[in-house]
Amino acid sequence: MIEDKATLWTVIIGLGLGTFLLRYSFLGLIGGRALPAWALRLLRYTPMAVIPGLVAPAVMWPAATGGETDPARLGAAIATILAGVLLRNVLAAILAGGLVLYGLGWWIG
Amino acid sequence: MSAHRQAFFRGVLASVPFVIVIVPFGVLFGVVATDAGMTPWEVLAFSLVVIAGAAQFAAVQLMNEGAPLLIVLVTSIAVNLRMAMYSAALTPHLGGAPGWQRAIMAYFLVDQSFAAASAEFAKRPDQSLSEKVTFYFGAVAPVCPLWYAASYGGAVFGKAIPPEYALDFAVPIAFLAITAPMLRTRAHVAAAVVSVSVALALVWMPYSTGLLVAAAAAMATGAAVELHDERRAARRT
Repeated sequence: MIEDKATLWTVIIGLGLGTFLLRYSFLGLIGGRALPAWALRLLRYTPMAVIPGLVAPAVMWPAATGGETDPARLGAAIATILAGVLLRNVLAAILAGGLVLYGLGWWIG
Repeated sequence: MSAHRQAFFRGVLASVPFVIVIVPFGVLFGVVATDAGMTPWEVLAFSLVVIAGAAQFAAVQLMNEGAPLLIVLVTSIAVNLRMAMYSAALTPHLGGAPGWQRAIMAYFLVDQSFAAASAEFAKRPDQSLSEKVTFYFGAVAPVCPLWYAASYGGAVFGKAIPPEYALDFAVPIAFLAITAPMLRTRAHVAAAVVSVSVALALVWMPYSTGLLVAAAAAMATGAAVELHDERRAARRT
């Protein structure tokens, strides 16, 4: 649970400010100079570098089951990835994950 | 219709398809954030100040796990590093606008407005600067207000959802659903594999710092694989 409101507001303002500076960087400050190729190359992979690693422990050892691997949650994660890769559609992937999560949860009990 | 009105409606039309993703995603954010202990007004403020879905989800998840402030900020800002790339890519087209317009455009620079604008400017590079700016705001119009409204709506509605619905898992599913369609190249797959395996191997490190190591390793891997594949392709031609 998020209990400390001071932390919450620091995150809201800090993340907002940081994100604005990233958005404003070239458009407002640096102007037309091109980013070096190596920087572009690294930036291209930031979402793919952060998000899977952020999710992986929550998939393998969910806090809701006390850290025990849960077949319904693991199956739902696999279904989401498969549907996302095959159909290239965010909503279809969410739907597939949700169906497997509730389907397996209900089946296993 | 004037050229500007046409440009505005072209922008609206280009980003209307994103609405079907923005609304459920915003609602989900509202639900998850409320579940983690935020009030609807805090959820609305979060969406107004940040407007970046993935980073907002990441911040809420990390705060919920009790990660320290600095880790929450560094990780969620890292999710948004791509915005600097968007900013650089749009500057040749929009950089000539007055300062206050550039500041407002920067605030509204999200995945959807970037995708719509970069496709448009590639297709019609010869438009006037003011037409390009007008198109940009047209592309923002259906997306950003809906993001605020949907997350607020989700927060109000989320209070009514009982805990047995396994909502804890909505965030991982949402995250996997955004990233899986991006697994287009070998480099993206390699980055994802390194990110997952290093994060799992370093899960014992305190304060989620293992995730930062995993992210740095995955970024370097993605870039290295891309470079390698590019050189190989160049040799073949």
